[in-house]
Amino acid sequence: MNLQGLKAIYFHEMDRMRRTLFQSLVSPFISTSLYFVVFGSAIGSRITEIEGISYGSFIVPGMIMLTILTQSISNASFGIFFPKFTNTVYEILAAPLSSFEIILGFVGAAATKSLIIGTVIICTAGLFVDLHIEHPFIMMFFLILTSVTFALFGFIIGMWADNFEKLQLIPILIITPLVFLGGSFYSINMLPEFWQKVSLLNPVLYLVSGFRWSFYEIADVSIYTSLITMLFFLFTCVLIISYTFAKGYKIKS
Amino acid sequence: MKEILKINKITKIYKNKFKALDELSLNINEGEIFALLGPNGAGKSTLINTVCGILNFDDGNISVNEYDIIKDYRKARSLIGIVPQELNLEAFETVWNNVNYSRGLYGKSPNYQYIEELLKELSLWDKKDNKLRELSGGMKRRVLIAKALSHEPKVLFLDEPTASVDVELRKDMWKVIQKLKEKNVTIILTTHYIEEAEEIADRVGIINNGKIILVDEKKKLIQKLGQKILKIELSESIKSIPNALESFKLQLNNEKNILTYTYDTKGKNTGITSLLSEIKSLGLQLKDISTEQSSLESIFLNLVKESENEFARA
Repeated sequence: MNLQGLKAIYFHEMDRMRRTLFQSLVSPFISTSLYFVVFGSAIGSRITEIEGISYGSFIVPGMIMLTILTQSISNASFGIFFPKFTNTVYEILAAPLSSFEIILGFVGAAATKSLIIGTVIICTAGLFVDLHIEHPFIMMFFLILTSVTFALFGFIIGMWADNFEKLQLIPILIITPLVFLGGSFYSINMLPEFWQKVSLLNPVLYLVSGFRWSFYEIADVSIYTSLITMLFFLFTCVLIISYTFAKGYKIKS
Repeated sequence: MKEILKINKITKIYKNKFKALDELSLNINEGEIFALLGPNGAGKSTLINTVCGILNFDDGNISVNEYDIIKDYRKARSLIGIVPQELNLEAFETVWNNVNYSRGLYGKSPNYQYIEELLKELSLWDKKDNKLRELSGGMKRRVLIAKALSHEPKVLFLDEPTASVDVELRKDMWKVIQKLKEKNVTIILTTHYIEEAEEIADRVGIINNGKIILVDEKKKLIQKLGQKILKIELSESIKSIPNALESFKLQLNNEKNILTYTYDTKGKNTGITSLLSEIKSLGLQLKDISTEQSSLESIFLNLVKESENEFARA
Protein backbone atom coordinates (compact mmCIF):
# COMPACT_ATOMS: atom_id res chain seq x y z
CA MET A 1 0.00 0.00 0.00
CA ASN A 2 1.26 3.49 -0.91
CA LEU A 3 0.70 5.11 2.49
CA GLN A 4 2.80 8.16 1.65
CA GLY A 5 0.72 8.73 -1.48
CA LEU A 6 -2.50 8.33 0.48
CA LYS A 7 -1.22 10.80 3.09
CA ALA A 8 -0.16 13.21 0.35
CA ILE A 9 -3.68 13.34 -1.14
CA TYR A 10 -5.32 13.51 2.29
CA PHE A 11 -3.19 16.39 3.60
CA HIS A 12 -3.23 18.15 0.25
CA GLU A 13 -7.02 18.20 0.43
CA MET A 14 -7.00 19.20 4.11
CA ASP A 15 -4.65 22.00 3.19
CA ARG A 16 -7.35 23.42 0.95
CA MET A 17 -9.53 23.73 4.06
CA ARG A 18 -6.68 25.35 5.99
CA ARG A 19 -6.33 27.98 3.27
CA THR A 20 -10.01 28.85 3.73
CA LEU A 21 -10.19 28.09 7.45
CA PHE A 22 -12.10 31.22 8.42
CA GLN A 23 -14.75 30.64 5.76
CA SER A 24 -14.90 26.89 6.51
CA LEU A 25 -15.53 27.30 10.23
CA VAL A 26 -17.29 30.64 10.52
CA SER A 27 -19.80 29.78 7.82
CA PRO A 28 -21.35 26.77 9.69
CA PHE A 29 -21.30 28.80 12.92
CA ILE A 30 -23.28 31.63 11.31
CA SER A 31 -25.74 29.32 9.49
CA THR A 32 -26.39 27.32 12.69
CA SER A 33 -27.05 30.53 14.59
CA LEU A 34 -29.41 31.68 11.83
CA TYR A 35 -31.28 28.37 11.88
CA PHE A 36 -31.78 28.81 15.62
CA VAL A 37 -33.00 32.36 15.16
CA VAL A 38 -35.35 31.52 12.28
CA PHE A 39 -36.52 28.00 13.14
CA GLY A 40 -35.82 27.90 16.87
CA SER A 41 -37.23 31.30 17.83
CA ALA A 42 -39.85 32.01 15.15
CA ILE A 43 -41.32 28.51 14.76
CA GLY A 44 -40.24 27.35 18.24
CA SER A 45 -42.45 30.00 19.81
CA ARG A 46 -45.46 28.25 18.21
CA ILE A 47 -44.27 24.63 18.50
CA THR A 48 -42.88 24.39 21.99
CA GLU A 49 -42.26 20.64 22.13
CA ILE A 50 -42.15 17.60 19.84
CA GLU A 51 -42.46 14.24 21.59
CA GLY A 52 -41.35 15.81 24.85
CA ILE A 53 -38.30 17.56 23.39
CA SER A 54 -38.09 21.34 23.07
CA TYR A 55 -38.27 22.42 19.41
CA GLY A 56 -34.86 24.08 19.58
CA SER A 57 -33.23 20.85 20.74
CA PHE A 58 -35.33 18.76 18.33
CA ILE A 59 -33.91 20.45 15.24
CA VAL A 60 -30.23 20.08 16.27
CA PRO A 61 -29.70 16.57 14.74
CA GLY A 62 -31.47 17.64 11.53
CA MET A 63 -29.32 20.76 11.28
CA ILE A 64 -26.15 18.76 11.75
CA MET A 65 -27.25 16.24 9.11
CA LEU A 66 -28.16 19.01 6.67
CA THR A 67 -24.66 20.49 6.95
CA ILE A 68 -22.83 17.16 7.05
CA LEU A 69 -24.59 15.97 3.91
CA THR A 70 -24.06 19.11 1.89
CA GLN A 71 -20.46 19.59 3.09
CA SER A 72 -19.45 15.98 2.46
CA ILE A 73 -20.87 16.09 -1.04
CA SER A 74 -19.45 19.48 -1.96
CA ASN A 75 -15.99 18.80 -0.47
CA ALA A 76 -15.55 15.42 -2.13
CA SER A 77 -17.06 16.42 -5.47
CA PHE A 78 -14.92 19.56 -5.63
CA GLY A 79 -11.86 17.60 -4.44
CA ILE A 80 -11.81 15.35 -7.51
CA PHE A 81 -13.42 17.80 -9.93
CA PHE A 82 -10.83 20.52 -9.33
CA PRO A 83 -7.78 18.49 -10.51
CA LYS A 84 -9.84 17.39 -13.49
CA PHE A 85 -10.76 20.99 -14.24
CA THR A 86 -7.17 22.25 -13.90
CA ASN A 87 -5.76 19.16 -15.66
CA THR A 88 -3.54 18.41 -12.69
CA VAL A 89 -5.22 15.00 -12.31
CA TYR A 90 -2.46 13.61 -14.55
CA GLU A 91 -0.02 13.34 -11.64
CA ILE A 92 -2.51 11.39 -9.52
CA LEU A 93 -3.13 8.99 -12.41
CA ALA A 94 0.58 8.64 -13.16
CA ALA A 95 1.53 8.04 -9.52
CA PRO A 96 1.89 4.49 -8.15
CA LEU A 97 -1.49 4.68 -6.41
CA SER A 98 -4.35 2.19 -6.52
CA SER A 99 -7.91 3.38 -7.12
CA PHE A 100 -8.66 2.49 -3.50
CA GLU A 101 -5.88 4.74 -2.20
CA ILE A 102 -6.96 7.64 -4.39
CA ILE A 103 -10.59 7.33 -3.25
CA LEU A 104 -9.56 6.91 0.39
CA GLY A 105 -7.42 10.05 0.24
CA PHE A 106 -10.12 12.27 -1.27
CA VAL A 107 -13.10 10.77 0.57
CA GLY A 108 -11.20 10.60 3.88
CA ALA A 109 -10.31 14.29 3.67
CA ALA A 110 -13.85 15.32 2.68
CA ALA A 111 -15.33 13.25 5.53
CA THR A 112 -12.83 14.70 8.02
CA LYS A 113 -13.76 18.25 7.00
CA SER A 114 -17.44 17.41 7.47
CA LEU A 115 -16.75 15.94 10.91
CA ILE A 116 -14.89 19.09 11.95
CA ILE A 117 -17.79 21.22 10.75
CA GLY A 118 -20.26 18.87 12.46
CA THR A 119 -18.37 19.38 15.72
CA VAL A 120 -18.53 23.17 15.24
CA ILE A 121 -22.31 22.92 14.79
CA ILE A 122 -22.75 20.77 17.91
CA CYS A 123 -20.70 23.28 19.92
CA THR A 124 -22.66 26.22 18.45
CA ALA A 125 -25.97 24.46 19.17
CA GLY A 126 -24.82 24.02 22.76
CA LEU A 127 -24.76 27.82 23.06
CA PHE A 128 -28.47 28.06 22.14
CA VAL A 129 -30.09 24.97 23.66
CA ASP A 130 -29.51 22.50 26.42
CA LEU A 131 -27.93 19.66 24.47
CA HIS A 132 -28.15 16.11 25.75
CA ILE A 133 -26.85 13.10 23.81
CA GLU A 134 -28.28 9.76 25.01
CA HIS A 135 -25.99 7.55 22.91
CA PRO A 136 -22.80 9.47 22.12
CA PHE A 137 -21.05 6.50 20.49
CA ILE A 138 -24.00 5.74 18.22
CA MET A 139 -24.18 9.46 17.43
CA MET A 140 -20.48 9.42 16.47
CA PHE A 141 -20.99 6.25 14.43
CA PHE A 142 -23.86 7.86 12.49
CA LEU A 143 -21.87 11.02 12.02
CA ILE A 144 -18.86 9.16 10.58
CA LEU A 145 -21.03 6.82 8.49
CA THR A 146 -22.94 9.76 7.01
CA SER A 147 -19.80 11.77 6.32
CA VAL A 148 -18.08 8.87 4.57
CA THR A 149 -21.15 7.74 2.63
CA PHE A 150 -21.99 11.19 1.30
CA ALA A 151 -18.36 11.98 0.62
CA LEU A 152 -18.36 8.86 -1.57
CA PHE A 153 -21.52 10.10 -3.23
CA GLY A 154 -19.90 13.50 -3.75
CA PHE A 155 -16.86 11.80 -5.26
CA ILE A 156 -19.15 10.10 -7.80
CA ILE A 157 -20.69 13.48 -8.67
CA GLY A 158 -17.20 15.00 -9.01
CA MET A 159 -16.12 12.23 -11.38
CA TRP A 160 -19.29 12.53 -13.44
CA ALA A 161 -19.35 16.32 -13.66
CA ASP A 162 -17.48 17.95 -16.50
CA ASN A 163 -18.54 21.49 -15.70
CA PHE A 164 -19.45 23.57 -12.65
CA GLU A 165 -23.17 23.43 -13.46
CA LYS A 166 -23.24 19.64 -13.26
CA LEU A 167 -21.23 19.83 -10.04
CA GLN A 168 -23.99 21.86 -8.40
CA LEU A 169 -26.94 20.17 -10.11
CA ILE A 170 -27.48 17.15 -7.85
CA PRO A 171 -26.72 18.87 -4.52
CA ILE A 172 -29.08 21.77 -5.26
CA LEU A 173 -31.88 19.99 -7.10
CA ILE A 174 -31.94 16.69 -5.25
CA ILE A 175 -30.02 16.66 -1.99
CA THR A 176 -31.16 19.96 -0.44
CA PRO A 177 -34.91 19.29 -1.07
CA LEU A 178 -34.52 15.74 0.25
CA VAL A 179 -32.89 17.02 3.43
CA PHE A 180 -35.52 19.69 4.02
CA LEU A 181 -38.32 17.17 3.33
CA GLY A 182 -36.61 14.42 5.33
CA GLY A 183 -37.82 15.49 8.76
CA SER A 184 -34.80 17.63 9.61
CA PHE A 185 -36.94 20.36 11.16
CA TYR A 186 -40.10 18.38 12.00
CA SER A 187 -41.36 14.92 12.84
CA ILE A 188 -43.18 13.16 10.01
CA ASN A 189 -45.89 12.30 12.56
CA MET A 190 -46.92 15.97 12.20
CA LEU A 191 -47.79 15.36 8.52
CA PRO A 192 -51.07 13.98 7.08
CA GLU A 193 -51.00 10.18 6.68
CA PHE A 194 -50.50 10.31 2.88
CA TRP A 195 -47.43 12.56 3.17
CA GLN A 196 -46.06 10.39 5.97
CA LYS A 197 -46.05 7.47 3.52
CA VAL A 198 -44.49 9.62 0.81
CA SER A 199 -41.80 10.72 3.29
CA LEU A 200 -40.84 7.09 3.82
CA LEU A 201 -39.53 7.08 0.24
CA ASN A 202 -37.00 9.75 1.16
CA PRO A 203 -33.70 8.09 2.14
CA VAL A 204 -32.60 11.14 4.12
CA LEU A 205 -35.50 10.56 6.53
CA TYR A 206 -33.87 7.33 7.74
CA LEU A 207 -30.61 9.14 8.26
CA VAL A 208 -32.05 12.04 10.24
CA SER A 209 -34.33 9.72 12.20
CA GLY A 210 -31.49 7.41 13.24
CA PHE A 211 -29.27 10.34 14.14
CA ARG A 212 -32.03 11.95 16.20
CA TRP A 213 -32.56 8.66 18.02
CA SER A 214 -28.93 8.73 19.18
CA PHE A 215 -29.66 12.14 20.78
CA TYR A 216 -33.13 11.72 22.32
CA GLU A 217 -34.25 8.11 21.69
CA ILE A 218 -37.10 9.37 19.53
CA ALA A 219 -37.32 8.38 15.85
CA ASP A 220 -39.69 8.39 12.90
CA VAL A 221 -38.47 4.93 11.83
CA SER A 222 -36.66 2.12 13.65
CA ILE A 223 -32.95 2.67 14.34
CA TYR A 224 -32.19 -0.66 12.64
CA THR A 225 -34.03 0.41 9.48
CA SER A 226 -31.99 3.62 9.50
CA LEU A 227 -28.77 1.70 9.89
CA ILE A 228 -29.55 -0.82 7.14
CA THR A 229 -30.57 1.99 4.75
CA MET A 230 -27.34 3.87 5.42
CA LEU A 231 -25.16 0.79 4.98
CA PHE A 232 -26.99 -0.09 1.76
CA PHE A 233 -26.34 3.40 0.41
CA LEU A 234 -22.69 3.19 1.48
CA PHE A 235 -22.10 -0.10 -0.35
CA THR A 236 -23.95 1.14 -3.44
CA CYS A 237 -21.61 4.14 -3.57
CA VAL A 238 -18.55 1.90 -3.08
CA LEU A 239 -19.70 -0.38 -5.92
CA ILE A 240 -20.36 2.51 -8.30
CA ILE A 241 -16.99 4.12 -7.57
CA SER A 242 -15.08 0.84 -7.90
CA TYR A 243 -16.72 0.16 -11.25
CA THR A 244 -16.23 3.67 -12.65
CA PHE A 245 -12.61 3.85 -11.52
CA ALA A 246 -11.84 0.43 -12.97
CA LYS A 247 -13.27 1.59 -16.30
CA GLY A 248 -11.56 4.97 -16.03
CA TYR A 249 -14.91 6.66 -16.66
CA LYS A 250 -14.55 10.43 -17.18
CA ILE A 251 -11.01 10.32 -15.81
CA LYS A 252 -8.95 8.07 -18.05
CA SER A 253 -9.54 7.75 -21.79
CA MET B 1 23.48 -1.15 -23.32
CA LYS B 2 20.56 -1.98 -21.04
CA GLU B 3 17.11 -1.17 -22.37
CA ILE B 4 15.19 0.54 -19.57
CA LEU B 5 11.94 1.03 -21.46
CA LYS B 6 10.44 -1.59 -23.75
CA ILE B 7 7.32 -0.76 -25.71
CA ASN B 8 5.99 -3.75 -27.58
CA LYS B 9 3.25 -3.49 -30.23
CA ILE B 10 1.13 -0.94 -28.40
CA THR B 11 -2.24 -0.12 -29.88
CA LYS B 12 -4.43 2.68 -28.60
CA ILE B 13 -7.84 3.37 -30.08
CA TYR B 14 -9.86 6.30 -28.73
CA LYS B 15 -13.63 6.14 -28.22
CA ASN B 16 -14.16 7.99 -31.50
CA LYS B 17 -12.39 5.01 -33.20
CA PHE B 18 -9.27 7.07 -33.91
CA LYS B 19 -6.25 4.77 -33.83
CA ALA B 20 -3.65 6.93 -32.09
CA LEU B 21 -1.03 4.19 -31.69
CA ASP B 22 -0.77 1.39 -34.20
CA GLU B 23 1.22 -1.62 -32.95
CA LEU B 24 4.01 0.75 -32.00
CA SER B 25 7.26 -0.74 -30.72
CA LEU B 26 10.19 1.18 -29.31
CA ASN B 27 13.06 0.44 -26.95
CA ILE B 28 14.89 3.11 -24.99
CA ASN B 29 18.39 2.66 -23.61
CA GLU B 30 19.25 3.47 -20.04
CA GLY B 31 20.80 6.90 -19.59
CA GLU B 32 20.16 8.17 -23.10
CA ILE B 33 18.33 11.26 -24.31
CA PHE B 34 15.78 10.20 -26.87
CA ALA B 35 13.99 12.80 -28.95
CA LEU B 36 10.64 11.85 -30.40
CA LEU B 37 9.75 13.96 -33.40
CA GLY B 38 6.46 14.01 -35.20
CA PRO B 39 3.80 16.30 -36.65
CA ASN B 40 0.72 17.30 -34.65
CA GLY B 41 -1.56 14.36 -33.97
CA ALA B 42 1.18 11.83 -34.75
CA GLY B 43 0.75 10.11 -31.38
CA LYS B 44 3.64 11.59 -29.36
CA SER B 45 1.62 12.69 -26.34
CA THR B 46 -0.60 9.61 -26.52
CA LEU B 47 2.50 7.43 -26.36
CA ILE B 48 3.90 9.29 -23.35
CA ASN B 49 0.57 9.31 -21.51
CA THR B 50 0.09 5.61 -22.19
CA VAL B 51 3.50 4.68 -20.79
CA CYS B 52 2.88 6.86 -17.73
CA GLY B 53 -0.50 5.25 -16.97
CA ILE B 54 -2.56 8.35 -17.71
CA LEU B 55 -4.25 6.65 -20.66
CA ASN B 56 -5.46 3.08 -21.04
CA PHE B 57 -4.32 1.12 -24.07
CA ASP B 58 -5.94 -1.64 -26.08
CA ASP B 59 -3.16 -4.04 -26.95
CA GLY B 60 0.54 -4.73 -26.46
CA ASN B 61 2.74 -4.44 -23.43
CA ILE B 62 5.13 -1.96 -21.88
CA SER B 63 7.81 -2.53 -19.26
CA VAL B 64 10.03 -0.12 -17.36
CA ASN B 65 13.21 -1.65 -15.98
CA GLU B 66 11.56 -5.06 -16.59
CA TYR B 67 8.45 -4.11 -14.57
CA ASP B 68 5.23 -4.45 -16.54
CA ILE B 69 3.28 -1.18 -16.31
CA ILE B 70 0.02 -3.06 -15.65
CA LYS B 71 1.03 -6.01 -13.48
CA ASP B 72 3.81 -4.20 -11.57
CA TYR B 73 2.36 -0.72 -11.95
CA ARG B 74 3.61 0.49 -8.58
CA LYS B 75 7.26 -0.40 -9.27
CA ALA B 76 7.06 0.70 -12.89
CA ARG B 77 5.42 4.06 -12.20
CA SER B 78 7.72 4.89 -9.29
CA LEU B 79 10.59 4.89 -11.82
CA ILE B 80 8.87 7.38 -14.13
CA GLY B 81 8.52 11.15 -14.00
CA ILE B 82 6.42 13.16 -16.44
CA VAL B 83 6.46 16.80 -17.46
CA PRO B 84 3.25 17.49 -19.37
CA GLN B 85 2.96 19.77 -22.35
CA GLU B 86 0.49 22.21 -20.77
CA LEU B 87 1.38 24.34 -17.77
CA ASN B 88 -1.15 22.68 -15.48
CA LEU B 89 -0.60 23.67 -11.87
CA GLU B 90 -2.76 24.46 -8.87
CA ALA B 91 -2.90 28.23 -8.71
CA PHE B 92 -3.08 28.79 -4.96
CA GLU B 93 -0.39 26.44 -3.72
CA THR B 94 3.21 27.40 -3.03
CA VAL B 95 6.07 25.98 -5.07
CA TRP B 96 7.49 24.24 -1.99
CA ASN B 97 4.24 22.52 -0.98
CA ASN B 98 3.37 21.50 -4.50
CA VAL B 99 6.74 19.88 -5.22
CA ASN B 100 6.69 18.05 -1.88
CA TYR B 101 3.13 16.90 -2.61
CA SER B 102 4.30 15.32 -5.87
CA ARG B 103 7.05 13.44 -4.03
CA GLY B 104 4.49 12.12 -1.56
CA LEU B 105 2.20 10.86 -4.33
CA TYR B 106 5.01 8.58 -5.50
CA GLY B 107 5.27 6.99 -2.07
CA LYS B 108 8.52 8.66 -1.08
CA SER B 109 8.96 9.92 2.47
CA PRO B 110 9.75 13.63 2.79
CA ASN B 111 13.33 14.65 1.93
CA TYR B 112 13.48 18.40 2.34
CA GLN B 113 17.20 18.52 1.63
CA TYR B 114 16.76 16.85 -1.74
CA ILE B 115 13.84 19.13 -2.66
CA GLU B 116 15.89 22.16 -1.62
CA GLU B 117 18.79 21.06 -3.85
CA LEU B 118 16.39 20.36 -6.69
CA LEU B 119 14.77 23.79 -6.46
CA LYS B 120 18.18 25.45 -6.28
CA GLU B 121 19.36 23.53 -9.33
CA LEU B 122 16.30 24.68 -11.26
CA SER B 123 16.71 28.30 -10.06
CA LEU B 124 13.44 28.06 -8.14
CA TRP B 125 14.71 28.34 -4.57
CA ASP B 126 13.96 32.05 -4.22
CA LYS B 127 10.44 31.36 -5.49
CA LYS B 128 9.72 28.50 -3.10
CA ASP B 129 7.17 30.44 -1.07
CA ASN B 130 5.50 32.00 -4.10
CA LYS B 131 2.07 30.88 -5.11
CA LEU B 132 2.13 29.05 -8.43
CA ARG B 133 -0.16 31.56 -10.10
CA GLU B 134 2.42 34.29 -9.44
CA LEU B 135 5.05 32.58 -11.58
CA SER B 136 5.92 33.26 -15.22
CA GLY B 137 5.42 30.61 -17.89
CA GLY B 138 9.10 29.67 -17.84
CA MET B 139 9.12 29.33 -14.05
CA LYS B 140 5.99 27.19 -14.19
CA ARG B 141 7.75 24.91 -16.66
CA ARG B 142 10.63 24.58 -14.18
CA VAL B 143 8.17 23.76 -11.38
CA LEU B 144 6.72 21.00 -13.55
CA ILE B 145 10.22 19.62 -14.04
CA ALA B 146 10.86 19.85 -10.27
CA LYS B 147 7.61 18.00 -9.60
CA ALA B 148 8.53 15.29 -12.10
CA LEU B 149 11.96 14.89 -10.49
CA SER B 150 10.74 15.14 -6.90
CA HIS B 151 10.64 11.35 -6.46
CA GLU B 152 14.04 10.78 -8.09
CA PRO B 153 12.82 8.90 -11.19
CA LYS B 154 15.06 6.88 -13.50
CA VAL B 155 13.07 7.74 -16.61
CA LEU B 156 11.83 11.23 -17.35
CA PHE B 157 9.28 12.08 -20.02
CA LEU B 158 9.26 15.65 -21.24
CA ASP B 159 6.34 16.46 -23.49
CA GLU B 160 7.34 19.52 -25.52
CA PRO B 161 9.51 20.93 -22.69
CA THR B 162 10.52 24.06 -24.56
CA ALA B 163 7.21 24.84 -26.26
CA SER B 164 6.37 28.55 -26.02
CA VAL B 165 9.54 29.48 -24.13
CA ASP B 166 12.09 32.03 -25.26
CA VAL B 167 15.46 31.04 -26.74
CA GLU B 168 17.37 31.80 -23.53
CA LEU B 169 15.10 29.66 -21.39
CA ARG B 170 15.21 26.90 -24.00
CA LYS B 171 18.99 26.81 -23.70
CA ASP B 172 18.67 26.75 -19.90
CA MET B 173 16.34 23.78 -20.23
CA TRP B 174 18.86 21.99 -22.42
CA LYS B 175 21.47 22.50 -19.69
CA VAL B 176 19.06 21.05 -17.12
CA ILE B 177 18.45 18.04 -19.36
CA GLN B 178 22.20 17.51 -19.86
CA LYS B 179 22.72 17.60 -16.09
CA LEU B 180 20.04 14.96 -15.65
CA LYS B 181 21.76 12.79 -18.23
CA GLU B 182 24.96 13.09 -16.23
CA LYS B 183 23.00 11.62 -13.31
CA ASN B 184 22.05 8.67 -15.53
CA VAL B 185 18.41 9.71 -15.84
CA THR B 186 16.93 8.41 -19.09
CA ILE B 187 15.16 11.21 -20.91
CA ILE B 188 12.50 10.89 -23.56
CA LEU B 189 11.37 14.19 -24.98
CA THR B 190 8.94 15.12 -27.67
CA THR B 191 9.66 18.22 -29.62
CA HIS B 192 8.73 20.21 -32.67
CA TYR B 193 12.13 21.86 -32.76
CA ILE B 194 14.55 19.95 -34.96
CA GLU B 195 17.42 21.97 -33.55
CA GLU B 196 16.49 20.76 -30.08
CA ALA B 197 16.87 17.15 -31.16
CA GLU B 198 20.13 18.03 -32.92
CA GLU B 199 21.43 19.80 -29.83
CA ILE B 200 20.69 17.40 -27.01
CA ALA B 201 19.47 13.99 -28.22
CA ASP B 202 21.54 10.82 -28.41
CA ARG B 203 18.96 9.12 -30.59
CA VAL B 204 16.06 10.41 -32.59
CA GLY B 205 12.76 8.70 -33.36
CA ILE B 206 10.17 9.89 -35.84
CA ILE B 207 6.55 9.04 -35.26
CA ASN B 208 3.62 9.49 -37.62
CA ASN B 209 0.11 8.04 -37.72
CA GLY B 210 0.79 6.15 -34.49
CA LYS B 211 3.83 4.34 -35.90
CA ILE B 212 7.55 4.79 -35.45
CA ILE B 213 8.94 5.37 -38.91
CA LEU B 214 12.58 5.93 -38.04
CA VAL B 215 14.87 5.44 -35.07
CA ASP B 216 18.49 6.37 -35.49
CA GLU B 217 21.46 7.69 -33.60
CA LYS B 218 21.90 11.41 -33.83
CA LYS B 219 25.51 10.98 -34.96
CA LYS B 220 24.39 8.96 -37.96
CA LEU B 221 21.80 11.56 -38.77
CA ILE B 222 24.40 14.29 -38.47
CA GLN B 223 26.53 12.33 -40.91
CA LYS B 224 23.62 12.49 -43.29
CA LEU B 225 23.30 16.16 -42.43
CA GLY B 226 26.93 16.68 -43.44
CA GLN B 227 26.26 15.24 -46.87
CA LYS B 228 25.37 17.25 -49.92
CA ILE B 229 23.93 16.18 -53.21
CA LEU B 230 25.30 17.39 -56.54
CA LYS B 231 22.88 17.08 -59.42
CA ILE B 232 24.37 17.16 -62.89
CA GLU B 233 21.83 17.59 -65.69
CA LEU B 234 23.06 16.42 -69.07
CA SER B 235 22.07 17.96 -72.40
CA GLU B 236 21.30 14.52 -73.78
CA SER B 237 20.24 11.35 -72.02
CA ILE B 238 22.68 8.45 -71.69
CA LYS B 239 22.00 4.67 -71.66
CA SER B 240 23.89 3.97 -68.43
CA ILE B 241 26.54 5.40 -66.14
CA PRO B 242 29.90 5.21 -67.97
CA ASN B 243 32.47 2.79 -66.49
CA ALA B 244 34.92 5.65 -65.98
CA LEU B 245 32.53 7.20 -63.46
CA GLU B 246 31.91 4.00 -61.46
CA SER B 247 34.17 5.03 -58.58
CA PHE B 248 31.98 8.08 -57.87
CA LYS B 249 28.95 5.87 -57.05
CA LEU B 250 26.62 8.02 -59.09
CA GLN B 251 22.92 7.52 -59.51
CA LEU B 252 21.02 8.00 -62.75
CA ASN B 253 17.41 9.12 -62.80
CA ASN B 254 14.63 7.38 -64.72
CA GLU B 255 14.84 9.87 -67.60
CA LYS B 256 18.58 9.01 -67.84
CA ASN B 257 19.58 12.67 -67.99
CA ILE B 258 20.50 13.55 -64.39
CA LEU B 259 23.48 12.17 -62.51
CA THR B 260 23.35 12.45 -58.73
CA TYR B 261 26.54 12.54 -56.71
CA THR B 262 26.55 12.47 -52.90
CA TYR B 263 29.58 13.92 -51.16
CA ASP B 264 30.76 14.78 -47.68
CA THR B 265 31.24 18.51 -47.13
CA LYS B 266 33.38 17.81 -44.06
CA GLY B 267 35.79 15.62 -46.01
CA LYS B 268 39.18 16.97 -47.19
CA ASN B 269 38.41 16.09 -50.80
CA THR B 270 34.85 16.30 -52.07
CA GLY B 271 35.72 14.71 -55.44
CA ILE B 272 33.75 17.31 -57.37
CA THR B 273 36.71 18.54 -59.42
CA SER B 274 37.77 15.04 -60.52
CA LEU B 275 34.16 14.11 -61.29
CA LEU B 276 33.67 17.14 -63.51
CA SER B 277 37.06 16.49 -65.23
CA GLU B 278 36.04 12.88 -65.96
CA ILE B 279 32.69 14.04 -67.36
CA LYS B 280 34.49 16.55 -69.57
CA SER B 281 36.95 13.92 -70.82
CA LEU B 282 34.02 11.62 -71.67
CA GLY B 283 32.63 14.43 -73.84
CA LEU B 284 29.32 14.68 -72.02
CA GLN B 285 27.61 18.08 -72.39
CA LEU B 286 26.23 19.67 -69.21
CA LYS B 287 22.93 21.52 -69.14
CA ASP B 288 22.77 22.48 -65.46
CA ILE B 289 24.41 21.83 -62.08
CA SER B 290 22.78 22.23 -58.67
CA THR B 291 23.51 21.22 -55.06
CA GLU B 292 21.13 20.29 -52.25
CA GLN B 293 21.81 20.23 -48.51
CA SER B 294 20.04 17.48 -46.55
CA SER B 295 18.89 18.52 -43.07
CA LEU B 296 17.25 16.65 -40.25
CA GLU B 297 14.19 18.68 -41.06
CA SER B 298 14.21 17.56 -44.69
CA ILE B 299 14.81 13.94 -43.62
CA PHE B 300 11.95 14.32 -41.17
CA LEU B 301 9.60 15.89 -43.70
CA ASN B 302 10.43 13.33 -46.39
CA LEU B 303 9.84 10.46 -43.99
CA VAL B 304 6.57 11.94 -42.78
CA LYS B 305 5.46 12.50 -46.37
CA GLU B 306 6.34 8.93 -47.33
CA SER B 307 4.53 7.63 -44.27
CA GLU B 308 1.46 9.75 -45.13
CA ASN B 309 1.45 8.26 -48.64
CA GLU B 310 1.76 4.73 -47.29
CA PHE B 311 -1.04 5.45 -44.81
CA ALA B 312 -3.26 6.79 -47.61
CA ARG B 313 -2.57 3.71 -49.74
CA ALA B 314 -3.41 1.41 -46.81
